[in-house]
Amino acid sequence: MSFSENPTSGTDEFIKGLWRENPVFVQVLGMCPVLAVSNTARNALAMGLATMFVLVMSNLVVSSVRRWIPKQVRIATFILIIATFVTVVDYVIAAISLELYRALGAFISLIVVNCVILGRAEAFASKNTIGRSVLDGLGMGVGFVFALLCLGAVREIFGSGTLFGVQLFHDGFQGWVMMILPSGGFFTLAAWLLFFNWLKKRKEAREVTPKLELVGQAKRGVA
Amino acid sequence: MTEEALWTTFLNACLINNFVLAYFLGICPFLGVSGKLATASRMGGAVIFVMLVSSVCAYGINLGLNAIDAPYLRLISFIAVIASTVQLVEMFIKKVSPALFRTLGIFLPLITTNCAILGLALFQTNKGYGFIQCVVYALGAGAGFTLALVLIAGLREKLELAAVPDVVKGTAMTLILAGILSIMFMGFGGLGG
Repeated sequence: MSFSENPTSGTDEFIKGLWRENPVFVQVLGMCPVLAVSNTARNALAMGLATMFVLVMSNLVVSSVRRWIPKQVRIATFILIIATFVTVVDYVIAAISLELYRALGAFISLIVVNCVILGRAEAFASKNTIGRSVLDGLGMGVGFVFALLCLGAVREIFGSGTLFGVQLFHDGFQGWVMMILPSGGFFTLAAWLLFFNWLKKRKEAREVTPKLELVGQAKRGVA
Repeated sequence: MTEEALWTTFLNACLINNFVLAYFLGICPFLGVSGKLATASRMGGAVIFVMLVSSVCAYGINLGLNAIDAPYLRLISFIAVIASTVQLVEMFIKKVSPALFRTLGIFLPLITTNCAILGLALFQTNKGYGFIQCVVYALGAGAGFTLALVLIAGLREKLELAAVPDVVKGTAMTLILAGILSIMFMGFGGLGG
C-alpha cells in the first residue's frame, strides 16, 4: 500500500499513459489487436475505444475489491472481471453495428487476453486507490487508441488511399495492397517503433550536448 | 468427413492461415521468447499441449452451454479452462523437468494470456467443427505457432552476429523479420482447397 502514497499527482497518472509509458510504443504490450484490426482507421478507433472501456471498468472494479482478493487467486479473479466486461462490450458492439462486429470478428472477445489490461490490473489497480486507477486506465486507454490510430491511419492511407472512408487521392490511385495484408501490419508497426527509437536517441544526444557546452563555459569562465 | 478434409484443416491452420503470421495471435510470446532456438522450440511444445487440451475442453463446454442455452457464458468458461490447463502444465513440467521449468520461467503462466489459445477455442466454435476436426485444428495451429516461433528464433540467432544499426535493434528488427516471413507464408495460399 505504500505505493499509493507516492507524491505523483492525478494528472500525472493520466499523462504517463499517453506518451512516457505508452502501452504500445514503449511497453510493447497488447500487440495482437494492434496489428490485426488496424487495417482501416475506423476499425482501429472502434477497437481502441472498446479496449479503453474494458480497461477503465476493470481497473475500477479491481481497485475497489483489491482488499478482499487473496493473493493466490488474484490473476484468475482479474481475468474473470475482465471477461465479464468484454462480454458486455461484445454484445454492445453487435447491437450498435453488425458491420463493425463482423469486421472486428473474434478480436473483440480476444480483448480478454490483451496483456495491457491484465498488466494494468496487476501492476497498478491492485495497489492503488479507485480514483487513481480510473485515471490510469483512462490514460493508458487513450494512449492505446492513439497508437491504434497511428497504425490504422497509415495502413488505410497507403493501402486504399482513404482515411475514415474519405477518399484522399485522385481516382487513378492504386492501393498498396501489401499494407492491408498482415505483413503490412508488421512493417508499419516496425516503422513507428523505429521512428520513436530515433526520437529517443536524438533527445538523448541533445541532453548530452548542452551539458558538455556548460562544462566548456564553466572552464572558460574560470580561465 | 473424409480424410482429405482433415488434412486441409491441418494445412489451413498450420501454413495458410498461420496463427502468428496471418491472424496475429500470440504475438507477445512470439516477440518475447524468440531470442533463443532451444527456448523457442520448448515453448512451442508447451503451447501445442495446452492448445490440444483446451481445444478438447472448449468443445465439451460449448456442447454443455448450448444445451442449457447460455452462450453468453462462453468466453468466461473458456478463459477459466485455459487458465487451469496452464496451471496443470506448469505443475507437470515442474515435476518432470525442473531444468525446463526454470528455462521457461515467467513464460509458462503467460500462456494463459496467449491469444492464440483463446483464439483457437473461439474459431473452432465459430466454424462449428466436430470433435476430430477440433483436435486436428488444434494440432495444426500448434504446429504453425511452433514453426513460426522456431523460424524467427533461428533468424534472430543469426542476426546477433550481424552489424545492425543501433536504432533498429530489438523489437523493430523482429517485426521487420516477421513481416518478411508473413509475405513468405502468403505463398502457401495456393495450397488451400
